[in-house]
Amino acid sequence: MLLSPTWTAILYLAAAVCFILALKGLSSPKTARRGNLIGAAGALVAVITVFLSVRLENIPWIIAAIAVGSAIAAPVARRVQMTQMPQLVALFNGVGGGAAALVALLELGHATPDAGDTTGLYDLTSVLNPWVGLAIAFTLLVGAVSFAGSMVTFAKLQELMTTRPVVFPGLPVIMAAVLVAAIAASVVVIFTGAIWIAVVLIVLGVATGVLLVLPVGGADVPIVISLLNAFTGLAVAASGLVLGNVLLVVAGTLVGASGTILTRAMASAMGRSVAGILFGAFRGGSTAGSTVASDRPVRSSSAEDVAVLLGYAQRVIIVPGYGLAVAQGQHTIAELQAALEARGIEVIFAIHPVAGRMPGHMNVLLAEANIPYEALKEMSEVNREFKTADVALVVGANDVVNPAAKTTPGSPIYGMPILEVDAARQVVFLKRSMRPGFAGIENELLFEPQTTLLFGDAKDSLGKVLSAVKAL
Amino acid sequence: MDDGIALLTITVLAVFVGFEVVSKVSSTLHTPLMSGANAIHGIILVGAIIVAGQAGDGWTLALALLAVVLATANLVGGFVVTDRMLEMFRGRRSKPTEPAASAASAASPAPAATDTDAKEAGR
Repeated sequence: MLLSPTWTAILYLAAAVCFILALKGLSSPKTARRGNLIGAAGALVAVITVFLSVRLENIPWIIAAIAVGSAIAAPVARRVQMTQMPQLVALFNGVGGGAAALVALLELGHATPDAGDTTGLYDLTSVLNPWVGLAIAFTLLVGAVSFAGSMVTFAKLQELMTTRPVVFPGLPVIMAAVLVAAIAASVVVIFTGAIWIAVVLIVLGVATGVLLVLPVGGADVPIVISLLNAFTGLAVAASGLVLGNVLLVVAGTLVGASGTILTRAMASAMGRSVAGILFGAFRGGSTAGSTVASDRPVRSSSAEDVAVLLGYAQRVIIVPGYGLAVAQGQHTIAELQAALEARGIEVIFAIHPVAGRMPGHMNVLLAEANIPYEALKEMSEVNREFKTADVALVVGANDVVNPAAKTTPGSPIYGMPILEVDAARQVVFLKRSMRPGFAGIENELLFEPQTTLLFGDAKDSLGKVLSAVKAL
Repeated sequence: MDDGIALLTITVLAVFVGFEVVSKVSSTLHTPLMSGANAIHGIILVGAIIVAGQAGDGWTLALALLAVVLATANLVGGFVVTDRMLEMFRGRRSKPTEPAASAASAASPAPAATDTDAKEAGR
């Protein structure tokens, strides 16, 4: 006894609405968690619906496979450290892309030999028309690109391989050859539906994914994760067209849209184009930059001096950067905030959109350290507050506070939106060394008279400043 | 090809809904947005179940079951990790940090405020 097509359609519609509500809930931290649970409920409805609406063989096997997948993923998701979130998102994204490519491959095998059976609501697969062929080829290629690209991204973030751009001579030529071959294979799949060509297409997609991500440097990886997320979404939407399943189409398209928006937001927050990030290394290592330390005089001081500056201020703005995440100093900075607030000092956090290792990563790290989200300010709202701040404390950030982005038209970061810490009365940098930031350019702010530097690992320095503040 | 046109219509409308909903997401929540969107595309599980349920021979079944495992990992892992992240986003911290105590104090600020008001008025 199977569900009627009408009920099936209604249940899928309900699931699709749940997914939209899940994304809508994220417009505020207050509603976000409930939204996510609604999304999970939608997914559950969808999975139950497919069991009730399609005549399925092998049901015990399928249930066992679902149990295996859950048993692998849930403990990992529960235990992962928040600093490792980008790797995990890349990994989950990759397996989703791989699943989409496999589904398209099997559906191709299923659709070609015997025509005329219904797999979903819309019977598109009864004849392999070129449009279905196109959707299959798209899913195979993009799913495979997303899978391989995500795995390389995972390896980079997990430091299983170098985080520097990997470039070798002839890379552009190889890339172009692979792409041409992939297009040719797609055309063959669209018009003949040949299975073995489809397998070749997957292999070419894997090669494309690897070649696409290898040349991307560590700090650009957040943008790539976001882009691959969009890719997987589009692959899932295309597989929905193949299977005639409305839910897959809607869910995949939603993800594609969100990935696209995030990718563009991230790229503009770094003052660069998406194409520049992906193909920058092809054009001769624009991301390499200088790593030479400058020997111009700066004013460096002790943790006690920094504690005095902070402890007798009225308003302090903390600018946390990538260095804080690397040093795992988020809990120490939360304690410092609490100690300063206990002295009646107003403390807020200014978060640059690309702080951390993925979009919005710094907010998650600080939330984990129990810092209330009201204290986390976005760049646009915090920039006018630096004027009234007594101290701006920059922890492990450099390029995102470099005034050259506004004042030096020739600079590589010119035009990138920055946090205007130079407007604060005093600026304190906690830095590991005088090495320039990722963009490889000098930060003039370090040499200004209002600037004080404290050298050392972000977490160690914060710990010393914290105990000095408590001793005041 | 009425069905095809219906699917195309839905796709195009979904693009607009997606852009509309996602552009309102606060940048504070961009990481949960990515992992939440990530979880949503795990719904490819539905497709994987369909192909596994129609698999005739051993090879096809093996590949389809692999797709089911991967898609489930994506779906379940994505929602679990997003929930864990969002749980950490709390408002102004209330004095005790235990979740139970903070829930209790969140429920009680109104009477506490009237108490102090009463005291102030009495003074």
